[in-house]
Order: sequence, then C-alpha cells, then structure tokens
Amino acid sequence: MTEQLITDLVFWLFCLITVGGAVYVLLSNHVLYAAYGLLVTFLGVAGIFVFAGAEFVSAAQIMIYVGGILVLLVFGIMLSSRRKAGIDHLKVENAPRGTGILIAGLLGTMLILLASRLSFNSDATGQWLAIKSLGFSLMTTYVVILEVVGMLLLMALIGATYLAKDDQ
Amino acid sequence: MINNILPYLVVSGLLFAIGFAVVVSKKNLILMLMGVELMLNAVNVNFAAFSRFDPDPAKGQMFSIFVMIIAAAEIAVGLAIVLKIRRHYHEIDPEKLNNLRD
Repeated sequence: MTEQLITDLVFWLFCLITVGGAVYVLLSNHVLYAAYGLLVTFLGVAGIFVFAGAEFVSAAQIMIYVGGILVLLVFGIMLSSRRKAGIDHLKVENAPRGTGILIAGLLGTMLILLASRLSFNSDATGQWLAIKSLGFSLMTTYVVILEVVGMLLLMALIGATYLAKDDQ
Repeated sequence: MINNILPYLVVSGLLFAIGFAVVVSKKNLILMLMGVELMLNAVNVNFAAFSRFDPDPAKGQMFSIFVMIIAAAEIAVGLAIVLKIRRHYHEIDPEKLNNLRD
C-alpha cells in the first residue's frame, strides 16, 4: 500500500515538473532561462515515459532532446543574440496578445474535458516490453521506416550545415 | 493510478496547450521553435501512454522514437534558417520581418 502511494507521489512529482517547466518557458522573458525551463520539462517527460513502460523511449528522450536539441538551441541563442543592444540582449518581449493565450486555454480545457469524457479499455492488457524485443522489431518490422528516417536526418543535417554557412 | 490513462492525457493536453501559447505569444523565433518542441513532446507522451495499454507496445514506442528523430531534423533546419535571418535582417522578431509588406 505504501509502495503504491510512493509510486503515485513520484508520478505526480514528474507531472508537476513537466508542467512547471513548460509554464516557466511561457512566463519567462529571458531566452536562456526559457531554455533551462525546457530542460526541466524534457527531464520530466523522460520520467513520465518510464511510468508508461517505455524505458528505451525515455533514454532516447534524454539523449536526443537534452543532449542534442537543447544544446543546439543554446548555440542558436548565443549565435543570434544582439550584442550591440547591451546588457539585456537576451530579453524577449511577450506579444500583448490576450487572444492567443485565450485560444490556448480553450484548447487545453477542451482536450482535457474530451479526454476525461472518453472511456478507454485500460485494464492494462499490454505487457511490459523488453528492450531486446524492441530492438528486434526495429531491425525487422520497422527497418524500412528506420532507413527512410535515417536518410531524412542525413539530408536535413547536410542542408542545415549548408544553410548556416557564412557566405562572405 | 498507473493503470489509468487519464493522468497521462491530462499532462499531455496541458503541455500541448502551453506549447501553443508559447508559439503564438512570443516575439522571438527561437522561443517559437521551443514551443513547437513542447507540442511534439506532448504528442510523444500520448503515444507512450497508449502503447502501455496496447497488446503490442512496440508500435506506439516506435512512433514516438521516430517523432523524436523528425523533431531533431526540424530543429536543425529551423535554427539554420533563424541564423540566416539574423545575419540578413539583424533581427529575429517575427513582427519586424515584413519586408514584402511595403
């Protein structure tokens, strides 16, 4: 019983971390601090993946998002800052758009209400998936998608390198 | 509680809505890219949560892994374009990028 309680507590902690980091990204008006909030959100989502029985996806989340995308974003922030503007060159203004926030709030409320009204066959029929069988299916059933996605990633990275190159 | 799908859906819906609010309310192209990443993460949470109750859990997990790879490609190209815009216009505020208007 206490074990169940502790598990619930850790799950809600991860949910709180995830949503809190996202809210910080929304409220912060400093680009670099927003990137740190995004880091917190990514780590919380990795924890939620573990609770959903997707350990490999959780490890991939930490490696791809925290180790790749976030580092790339911080490089982008540093390379695109306006150094001449002085001390607050990383500040960002929020657009004074109440309507955007309103639409987002309506969207969130609608999603949560619809999800709570639906009923799913959630009697936990799915078994816990071993990483070994995930690797086997990656190399057999999904091998075509894997190759296509690998080619796409290669093309995108080469294209990004070409786009970002200095012309002068 | 872990055998209930509703908490995952609530967290995912909140994350998606916050990501949308970030995209529409920030005057910075890099922060808008961050909002897109939040929305993709919300979708990934949904995929993983539904794969938990699927007789074949590999399907949903594969889908979320591929979504992550596409997100990596998207952010690389997006940041390259942002850096190019910064070099050309000396500005990454999307409201000031209106060269074609007049």
